[in-house]
Amino acid sequence: MSLWEYANPVKFLKLSDKVLPFFVGFSIIGLSIGLFWGFFFTPDDYRQGSTVKIIYLHVPSALMAINAWFMMLVASLIWLVRRHHVSALAAKAAAPVGVTMTMVALVTGALWGQPMWGTWWAWDPRLTSFLVLFLFYLGYIALWSAIDNPDTAADLTSMLCIVGSVFAILSRYAVNFWNQGLHQGASLSLDKEKNVADVFYQPLLFSIFGFVFLFLTLVLIGTRTEIRLRRTEALRLRKDSE
Amino acid sequence: MLLSVDNLSVSRGGVSLFEGLNFTLSSGQFISLTGGNGTGKTTLLRSIAGLQPIDKGEILIDTDNFIFAGDSNGIKTSLTVSENLRFWSAIFGGKEFEEALEVFHLTKFENRFAGKLSAGQKRRLSLARLMLADKAIWLLDEPTVSLDKKSMEEFSKILKNHLEAGGAAVVATHIDLGLKTHSSNINIEDYRTKSGNLNASAGAFL
Amino acid sequence: MIALLQRDLLLAVRAGGGFGLGVAFFLIVVVLVPLGIGPDMVILSKVSVGVLWVGALLACVLSLDRIFSLDYDDGTLELLLTSPIPLEAVVTIKAFSHWITTGLPLVVVSPILGLLLGLQVSDLKWVVISLLIGTPALSAIGAFGASLTVGIRRGGLLLSLLVLPLYVPTLIFGANVASKGLEDVSNNGALLILTAVTLAAFSILPFASAFVLRINLR
Repeated sequence: MSLWEYANPVKFLKLSDKVLPFFVGFSIIGLSIGLFWGFFFTPDDYRQGSTVKIIYLHVPSALMAINAWFMMLVASLIWLVRRHHVSALAAKAAAPVGVTMTMVALVTGALWGQPMWGTWWAWDPRLTSFLVLFLFYLGYIALWSAIDNPDTAADLTSMLCIVGSVFAILSRYAVNFWNQGLHQGASLSLDKEKNVADVFYQPLLFSIFGFVFLFLTLVLIGTRTEIRLRRTEALRLRKDSE
Repeated sequence: MLLSVDNLSVSRGGVSLFEGLNFTLSSGQFISLTGGNGTGKTTLLRSIAGLQPIDKGEILIDTDNFIFAGDSNGIKTSLTVSENLRFWSAIFGGKEFEEALEVFHLTKFENRFAGKLSAGQKRRLSLARLMLADKAIWLLDEPTVSLDKKSMEEFSKILKNHLEAGGAAVVATHIDLGLKTHSSNINIEDYRTKSGNLNASAGAFL
Repeated sequence: MIALLQRDLLLAVRAGGGFGLGVAFFLIVVVLVPLGIGPDMVILSKVSVGVLWVGALLACVLSLDRIFSLDYDDGTLELLLTSPIPLEAVVTIKAFSHWITTGLPLVVVSPILGLLLGLQVSDLKWVVISLLIGTPALSAIGAFGASLTVGIRRGGLLLSLLVLPLYVPTLIFGANVASKGLEDVSNNGALLILTAVTLAAFSILPFASAFVLRINLR
């Protein structure tokens, strides 16, 4: 038995039926532990005060904003190579979640930036890249909704996602070139010199865990909805042609 | 043999149109495609021309040896008749287009803008393209639309010359072009897919 | 293939607006900016490079849907797809003819508009060079966007939404070449990258565009 078997829409519906409750559970557990611990049981930062606690929304949402696009890229490639409908529909379902995560990251960033840097917005490379990513998401979603034939839409949006990814990376590089920036370094890294102290770090991991499963849950629900829409359409087509 | 279609099935908009279609086309042969609206004549021609993906079966054709003429004329209205033809002749390798002008009675309109031509004259200009290409297989979708009786007779003469010179043609048409020899007819409705049959893409969701 | 280029240029001339419209739009943008910002030549010369680049970019976007939509509507694109010329070559030629009819005129008028924005004559060189190297990339990227939206009725707004984010790197490097050039700082790095972007856009994107066009024509 191969994993690709679940690329069949009907089998995927059955499987996701079983998996979905666990995903919901994991995201509730991760988010409640991470956010409660983070908001109420961590000390105030000696420089940033309690403002630092917005990190528990900002970092995970920023992480998921990028991962969602990456997931869409992988799903697009799978659709173009193997023509599995579930893959294309998962990419379609991930886009609105990704754009929301991008927006959350931008808004929480502005709320954090105001007291820290004294400004809601700065044309810093990271902030600018996220704004550009936001525009990429909007274009991708708009293209999906502009095309009637679902297979054509899947093909075109997949190609846009691939070309867009190349240009998104290029933009990231270009933006660095253009301005050196205000944003602190990465909050999470594998280096020994961590940027975030341990007290803040542990609840952050829970929060990220929760966000990952929140993302998976939303994408799964979205994909199931898309599959059902296509199923309805197929049933209607069959009836019409009889 | 110039073209062979084997066990072909093609769909449009998720619904399978026809299935199990088989035929071959040899030098000098003419096949007319008939069938009601929406039965798949245009879709079949577009599949042979490589524009439309197929569901099942096989189409064997030398992709360098055919010319396709769809339902739209592909004429630039802001170019003159001869500029239109000069463009297509360059695309197909630079054959002289005076003869094509003559044969389709377009010589006196040579310097007129194509936008000023009547519908029938535009159609003739569009068909003149066929003579520039020097391809054996002609795939034509309703070529005689908006042609008058005289032009139609002349077109069937041109078609006959093409067949006698070793060419072949698949033509979707409702009009008898009067080609008695080497001509056969395929009625696509004979191959119509059983009702309620979706293609693989739409069927995957059932 | 030269025939295709000749025909596209001839069509642009015959259609009238082909060459002039983009330039007129570019001029209007450059006239409107001082009206909005104020007549201070010092401030204007500071923002001039950005205004010229953004203006050129918008003027370019304005005419993108003409690359394929006319040929799509009258059936020519379908016939070209079944012709002996590879579709990738068709896309490349059409992007190039878009550059000649839109990008090149913008490059030609940019020094005059630069003067309006308070640039010194000696500074104009870098504006022209950056636009000359950068605008071809705008046409090639735009051709990709145009091939995505060719089958969509009233796809003009969608086309801008798809293409403008893709223009970000070209804009950044292009404007950087010009502004560093004006400050007499070395701009070799940006110049190299800008050239690479243009070359890559013209050599790789036509394949993506042709892929997308085939899907839109089926």
